[in-house]
Amino acid sequence: MIPQPRFAGDLSTLKTHAFGHRSMTWWGVIAFFLIEGTAFAMAFAAYFFLMNLEQGWPPPDFRPPGLVAGTLFTLLILLSEIPNTMLKHAAEKGQLRKVRRLLLLMVGLAVAMLVLRAFEFASLNVWWSDNAYGSIVWALLLLHAAHFATDWVDTVVLAGVMHTRHGQEGRKFVDVAENAMYWRFVWLTWLPIYVMIYWIPRWAS
Amino acid sequence: MIARRAFALSLAFLLGGCSGIQSALGRDGRHGEIFGGLFAIFLAVTLFVYLIVIAFLLAGIFRRRGKRQDGLPDEEGESREASLRKGLIGWAAFIALGLSVLTVASFVADRLMAQASGPDPLRIQIVAHQWWWEVRYEDADPSRTFRTANELHLPVGVPVQITLMSNDVIHSFWVPNLAGKQDLIPGRTTQIALHPTREGVYRGQCAEYCGLQHARMALDVTVEPVAAFRTWRTQQLLPAPLPRTPLQQAGLRYVETRECGACHSIVGTRASGQVAPDLTHLASRRTIGAGTYPMSRGHLYAWVADPQSAKPGNRMPHIPLEPDQLHAIVAYLETLR
Amino acid sequence: MTAKISPRDHDRDGEKLQGEALHFRLEKTWSREPGLWGWLSTTDHKEIGRRYIVTAMIFLALGGLVSLLMRLQLASPESGLISAQRYNELFTMHGTTMMFLFAVPVMEAIAIYILPLMLGTRNIAFPRLNAFSYWAYLSGGILLWAAFLLNIGPDAGWFSYVPLAGPEFSPGKRTDIWAQMVTFTEIAALAVSVEIVATILKLRAPGMTLARMPIFAWAMLVVSLMTIFSMPSVTLASGFLLSDRLVGTHFYNQYEYGDALLWQHLFWFFGHPEVYIIFLPAAGFVSEIVQTFSRRPTFGYTAIVLAIVAIGLLAFGLWVHHMFATGLPRVGYSFYTAASMTVAIPSGIQIFCWIATMWDGRPRFQVPLLYVVGFVITFVLGGLTGVMLASVPLDLQLHDTYFVVAHFHYVLVGGSVFPLLGAVTYWFPKFTGRMMSERLGQATFWLLFGGFQLAFAPMHLSGLMGMPRRVYTYPEGMGWDLTNLLSTIGAFIVALAVLMFVVNALLSMKRGQAAGANPWDAPGLEWATGSPPPVYNFPHIPVVTSRTPLWDNRAKLPVMTGLRVDEREQLLTTVIDARPDLREPSPIPTIWPFVASLALAALFVSSMFTPWAVVIGTPPLAAALVAWFWPKSPDVTPEPVIE
Repeated sequence: MIPQPRFAGDLSTLKTHAFGHRSMTWWGVIAFFLIEGTAFAMAFAAYFFLMNLEQGWPPPDFRPPGLVAGTLFTLLILLSEIPNTMLKHAAEKGQLRKVRRLLLLMVGLAVAMLVLRAFEFASLNVWWSDNAYGSIVWALLLLHAAHFATDWVDTVVLAGVMHTRHGQEGRKFVDVAENAMYWRFVWLTWLPIYVMIYWIPRWAS
Repeated sequence: MIARRAFALSLAFLLGGCSGIQSALGRDGRHGEIFGGLFAIFLAVTLFVYLIVIAFLLAGIFRRRGKRQDGLPDEEGESREASLRKGLIGWAAFIALGLSVLTVASFVADRLMAQASGPDPLRIQIVAHQWWWEVRYEDADPSRTFRTANELHLPVGVPVQITLMSNDVIHSFWVPNLAGKQDLIPGRTTQIALHPTREGVYRGQCAEYCGLQHARMALDVTVEPVAAFRTWRTQQLLPAPLPRTPLQQAGLRYVETRECGACHSIVGTRASGQVAPDLTHLASRRTIGAGTYPMSRGHLYAWVADPQSAKPGNRMPHIPLEPDQLHAIVAYLETLR
Repeated sequence: MTAKISPRDHDRDGEKLQGEALHFRLEKTWSREPGLWGWLSTTDHKEIGRRYIVTAMIFLALGGLVSLLMRLQLASPESGLISAQRYNELFTMHGTTMMFLFAVPVMEAIAIYILPLMLGTRNIAFPRLNAFSYWAYLSGGILLWAAFLLNIGPDAGWFSYVPLAGPEFSPGKRTDIWAQMVTFTEIAALAVSVEIVATILKLRAPGMTLARMPIFAWAMLVVSLMTIFSMPSVTLASGFLLSDRLVGTHFYNQYEYGDALLWQHLFWFFGHPEVYIIFLPAAGFVSEIVQTFSRRPTFGYTAIVLAIVAIGLLAFGLWVHHMFATGLPRVGYSFYTAASMTVAIPSGIQIFCWIATMWDGRPRFQVPLLYVVGFVITFVLGGLTGVMLASVPLDLQLHDTYFVVAHFHYVLVGGSVFPLLGAVTYWFPKFTGRMMSERLGQATFWLLFGGFQLAFAPMHLSGLMGMPRRVYTYPEGMGWDLTNLLSTIGAFIVALAVLMFVVNALLSMKRGQAAGANPWDAPGLEWATGSPPPVYNFPHIPVVTSRTPLWDNRAKLPVMTGLRVDEREQLLTTVIDARPDLREPSPIPTIWPFVASLALAALFVSSMFTPWAVVIGTPPLAAALVAWFWPKSPDVTPEPVIE
């Protein structure tokens, strides 16, 4: 028998959206951080494992990757954190016009970075099929590129949504704030990869 | 206690009586003796723990209980909670203690095994292939090294050091009567030490799945008195004898000039292929095809006529032979002692 | 006298809207369209959970059939029944199906169904992701089995070591299919894990603090976090394998500075936690069953929870014990021996607590509790052989022999399948509204238990007597004939028992004794609603004041009211104390998760044949995902006005 209900509280005055860990999607985003972070961590482990086998790093007759494209990319992505933080604060304050403008700015910056990323691939000075060093370096760059591209598409979609009437909903501002949080994860994971692709081969050889 | 004596007896039976030619319970080498002792300790401790758990379980099932309201704690229950909590702590401590004992025993056994080899070992190099063992006996004097395949002869009481490599995929060298296993990994070199203490005939088998015919990659091991080993080694160093009868000579001609010599080597002839087992002393081995057939005239016929029938997919192709060719080849191979 | 009803009152449950009237409104809001379109677009966790469970059970049957063929071949020495190639495919399919398509998914499946009910909420978190994950899982399973039936099934073993599984020694599509199946199932498992973590942390009933949460929920929380931290490793490993095979990378190629052992490390870093991911939910089942059938709260709640967490953490430090024979430095091995031994301590603590619950309670030995007893007897034995295998000198003899096969079947079948069958019997009345046959269930249990021991106990001996794993045949005269024959007979008895279980379930669905809401007089929240539950789970959100809510609130169950009834709405509570915090809309049915899974399947399957598939296949997937997340409602529902 189902016990009779005894009314013990009212939920109708609760709000329907909140920022940070009170939001359900925040937990989903954190979970994705953990998943992708673990994937990166395992890739880093594979990088160091392969590096410790007997070979040069890079192997003989291979040069380390060219620095220009990668360093420019790094500078640009670090700078992009400024509009990104502004975007997060604007979303938390519900400032729709500012959010719209900053989203478009982020989309544009990311396009520039995508171009730089293409140049990075072209200046690795090794093919993925040359040796294990080439394979892991391409893998790291490709994993991050996929990461980056996915967040770019998310940002594009959000920019679109915020320009429609849906943009007025409180929950959409939460989505924008969380996407900004995700962007931080994108450049935070980039920093060690930058060092591993561009600098460790220079220090190790 | 009767139970304890029965237990000890069955343990002895288990460890001694279940030993065959490919058995981890055979104590035919130093490593096997240490294993046997360690296994007995682990078995005793784990069995003891298991019996306690089962006893507690049975007590829990068959215990007589008084009346009490469902799901609600009562006064007696409170004190039972306390004694159960003490029991839990005691049990956790007991497990930790038991595991420590076992861990220490394991480390000690490991050290003992590491020391079980000994100075001046016999050095052998094994390269594993899909699905046969290439065996090379080393020596300081290069003219005293020789190759064989799918077998080991070892002098009793002499430590052996085997270097393990692989030509293709991961295999595992395992002669359970003598020692545990060690993988052969392409691109790496591993080592295993043996120290046989009992004469006998044993069998090893590849113990890492290595493809289609992993099940048919056995190794014949003979542990013999030192003098017999020396005789065997001297014989192995000799080149193949010259064939005497016309049939055998016809066989040699075929082997040298047709398909066989492209893969196999026979020292002292023009057959010098390096990718298949060396056949110089084939007829002195116990089995054909890494344990696929026992060595006999009939099985030689069967193998040469169609190696694919008993070991399909192995690297020796089926070569259609005329009857006289087959007779000649087998007649020649039989001279290779 | 009825108070004046304001417009707002019609939209919320409560004193003025309860009983039949409330049921009618909630059912309308939470139902989906009937028919195929509705079935493809559902977001109801119960419906998705049911399809997951059924699918996983089908894979159990397929994996089991394959093992029967293996046992037929091994029943006698030098048997010519099955060829080497076919046998190698069979053992690969058996392990792969059981580990990737049955063991983990079935645990997740039951969690998907029962957790929201256990926690007192209306749906799982991220329901569209839930729907999507099922289709991804199904795609992986179909890919694998279609390949096997088309004679291009994988044959390199369920852990697919390189270089054997690499491009040189496994040409063709077989291993590509294995690796891509792994990708599908890992995506599904990761998605479900995200949902479970979010559900457990944010959707619990008010008052259900973490310390009052059912032990099964703790188990699933730990398991989901373990999944999140371990599955990326195997996804990376299989991705590297696919790229070595398809586009010429050299991760595992020692000739170009790669290493075969990289595969083993990446795989077993996942593989070891994987077996605890399979065991811990079963530990959760045992905790729930033992509580209900001993008629007292589980003894040592805190100890069990801490033990679960400890196992979850320790599991990540053991993986090298699968690699003791690979020649790594001996000093390093000592650490893994010690860690592998240590994990027996929390396991032992749990066993004590469960037996203590029975000892101190008043157990009724109905079928679910029988499975718990069978679990203790079998799993503990398997755990003890595991302690043996943790020792390097012992492992170097026993590794890759039938001793290990015996060990892991004892812990996996004893430790997970027995509790699973007990749990299915236990929750069957909740899922279907009918009881399974108790008599048939008892007979099934004894047959299964006996058959299992007969099948697997002799394997300890075969292994000690030198029989290696993964051999399609063995010579006469090795002393292995009798043990193999006994194992084969036992295997068929197990199959018969499983068949009996299935027959019991099917017959009971039609003709089983009708079950009320709480036929076992159990304490959990899932028993505070109908059997089967209404589509909205609970008419009012229950409030919890202890670990055994229904035992402490037999007459009246405290509830909170005020959620909308015309929109799908759930309650978010705070993470630790479960105080009511926010109202969260729950997504309505949508076809996009299904469409996205089709795009995903097309992308993954075609990318085994050409790298261009990644370029061509990504835009449709992206489009489906955008459509999925694009906000739906044509009329924007304004935020409720707080008065």
